Amino acid sequence: MERRGAGRTEFLRELRSFLPEAAILSEPEDLKPFECDALSAYTVLPWLAVLPDTIEQVRMVLRLSHEHEVPVVARGAGTGLSGGASPVANGVLLSLAKFNRILEIDPANRIARVQPGVRNLAISEAAAPFGLYYAPDPSSQVACTIGGNVAENSGGVHCLKYGLTVHNVLQVTLLTIEGELLTLGSLGLDGPGYDLLAVANGSEGLLGVIVEVAVKLLPLPETARTLLAAFDSVEAAGEAVAGLIGAGLLPAGLEMMDNLTLRATEAFVHAGYPVEAAAVVLCESDGMAEQVEAEIAKARAVLATHGAAEVRESRDEAERRKFWAGRKAAFPAVGRIAADYYCIDGTIPRRRLAEVLGRIGELSDRYGLAVGNVFHAGDGNLHPLILYDASHPGELERAEALGEEILTLCVEVGGTVTGEHGVGIEKLNPMCIQFGVPELRQFYALKAAFDAKGLLNPGKAVPTLARCAEFGQVHVHGGRLRHPELERF
Amino acid sequence: MRSQDDSEYLAGQVSEACARGEPLRIQGGGSKRFYAGSGEGRALSTLAHTGIVHYEPTELVLTARSGTPLAEIEAVLAESGQMLGFEPPHFGPGATWGGTVACGLSGPRRPWAGSVRDAVLGCRIVNGRGEMLAFGGQVMKNVAGFDVSRLMSGALGTLGLLLEISVKVLPKPECETTLCFECSFAEGRERMIRWGRSGLPVTGMAWDGRLYLRLAGPEQAVSAAARRIGGDVQEVAGAFWSGLREQTHGFFSTADDDLWRLSVPPAARLGELPGAWLIDWGGAQRWLRGAEADPSAVFATARSAGGHARLFRTENSAAVRLDPLPPPLAALHRRLKAAFDPAEILNRGLWQEAF
Repeated sequence: MERRGAGRTEFLRELRSFLPEAAILSEPEDLKPFECDALSAYTVLPWLAVLPDTIEQVRMVLRLSHEHEVPVVARGAGTGLSGGASPVANGVLLSLAKFNRILEIDPANRIARVQPGVRNLAISEAAAPFGLYYAPDPSSQVACTIGGNVAENSGGVHCLKYGLTVHNVLQVTLLTIEGELLTLGSLGLDGPGYDLLAVANGSEGLLGVIVEVAVKLLPLPETARTLLAAFDSVEAAGEAVAGLIGAGLLPAGLEMMDNLTLRATEAFVHAGYPVEAAAVVLCESDGMAEQVEAEIAKARAVLATHGAAEVRESRDEAERRKFWAGRKAAFPAVGRIAADYYCIDGTIPRRRLAEVLGRIGELSDRYGLAVGNVFHAGDGNLHPLILYDASHPGELERAEALGEEILTLCVEVGGTVTGEHGVGIEKLNPMCIQFGVPELRQFYALKAAFDAKGLLNPGKAVPTLARCAEFGQVHVHGGRLRHPELERF
Repeated sequence: MRSQDDSEYLAGQVSEACARGEPLRIQGGGSKRFYAGSGEGRALSTLAHTGIVHYEPTELVLTARSGTPLAEIEAVLAESGQMLGFEPPHFGPGATWGGTVACGLSGPRRPWAGSVRDAVLGCRIVNGRGEMLAFGGQVMKNVAGFDVSRLMSGALGTLGLLLEISVKVLPKPECETTLCFECSFAEGRERMIRWGRSGLPVTGMAWDGRLYLRLAGPEQAVSAAARRIGGDVQEVAGAFWSGLREQTHGFFSTADDDLWRLSVPPAARLGELPGAWLIDWGGAQRWLRGAEADPSAVFATARSAGGHARLFRTENSAAVRLDPLPPPLAALHRRLKAAFDPAEILNRGLWQEAF
């Protein structure tokens, strides 16, 4: 791409004036590790990569990029599943890996102040000696970083009770593309002015580069216990989940797996799952011992009334972990029974679950690709896993087309095209199904208020109108074209 | 219960006003005007735009039009044993759903059950161009697009006229009890820090000269927690919390005084300021009442603790209520306002001192 500002050599020379040589990567072999994030089907070498280790250096990288109109893509651990941190060929890949220090654990205020490159789990480990932890627990928590968690508004298995990242972050310090340092939120429970902290969460690196995060810490639960209930039909399992919520319970974890996933995970981790069941429900209560006791008794009763064929209760911590081992290994377990799998991330109103699973089954038959379903049942976040074999010509494309149909279905029943994995580059087309032109235009205006030149993480998260028009040509939603006012090409 | 969709009319009004560059003062029940102030221009009422559009107790989600009385929403939730987790103040019988979200004020349960914005899942708005837009949805997890819905909470209607808001609701606790202790603030602060780290089922901690602790959950958990805390406790009526929430508590009754709200880290030790204190949110929300406090001293005190302050109630219409934002943040606020309301017609002037 033709660049209006500096050429690569000149840009490198300017970077060297404030960054040590080791913090600048420009050779193809050095850039290779940054060619993709966890959406590994799409690779591109970045123009350059930099690894600054002070806020001042980040500020200067941004100012320089702004001046020369060079795009910038920030990245933490690169564990994102939607390509949000995938590089762009004409831009700087800004790694925040060196910002890996925990700045302060303040037990009296239950706050941790950390740099963006600190791993999610490292926060809980540092807080544990004080009897505290950081609640959001995305499945990649061993590796993913808090900066990326904020950018993606990551979830986890405990978010029905404890919320998403946005509910657990108090303050974010970020640099704008112009190099201005902004503090959003506060160390209290709210901030002055507009709630820009809410907007920063889940903004996928389009608004600023996060350089510090203050998160809320919670007391470690005294105890936790899990129920595993087997059902003869997915519908009955879905009804039971609604029954638990209707009975006034707010479980710490509430998960569901269908038979395909159940068999795959049992073969993988031998958790002792009832493999004949059409679906299992995992229901966890945590907190004070007496509270857990009462909630588990109530949950057992509800599961029984809703026709659970079997209800097991974890007798100790080891058994509780065993119950969860299968659920946590569901993706790799499915990976063992298929050459490749494609994980979808839609959210649906829970009452539509049986209908949606039925229609996914029909789509699965039509495309000739098996689909396993893992479900964060408490919050309606469905992860259909499409099994395919990339070595068979056309199968990846079929899997992607099936995925798009599933997401269209999620929107149709009143849900969303991404519950927790983000839009990135992966779900740009489904975004055109979910949002109309006026909403997209409002997103562009919001983006421009932060980054008028559109340099931060370009081509991610929000599709252009042109892209939606092009996509709309083949996808008709609800019998109507979503963007009838646009020219088709 | 009335139900009427007035969206088209409201959007039409904004659209016409936008074309003429005529400011509009969005008006609900007027119960929080003392807090938000009153925008410039012609009044546009949301009161006819009413009704609960969707409520499914087993989904924990409620959607209602902005003119719906807050009391009606709470009554409907209560019938299914549910509630708004953020325990919003009404500040008068006319409180509406739209005003509750636009002001973004939460009650004593907020540190444990989340704020208004935490509960918001989606909204339909009319922006300053008169366009009807929908963001978010009726599902708990949704990361598609920028989170415009939560941005609307606390924006005082200056970024868009709220048409409908969907929120996550919570089950009402089976049992609730309030314990009360005679102690100084210094001692109360220590206890609140300890309880905050204890994992007990706390849903309220406040100090007004005495220390109050609200416990909620299953009956056996609440009584076990009360036993564990022990000491010289006396149970008081739960009405204490509604007095705190609605500011009918005696502390708030001196009409001539200014009332400051300081939002700070819960254990913060603040510098000396003249006036009387009442502590809520386990220390994270502090009320300062008095006539002598110098605004710049209050702002600086809150800022140096890592928080912020605003003048919440005053009889003095010329008083400085908001702390000016740092210049780059103020400039961003102005650009954001322009992104939603380029003609600056919605509730003009409400954030004047801030940006």
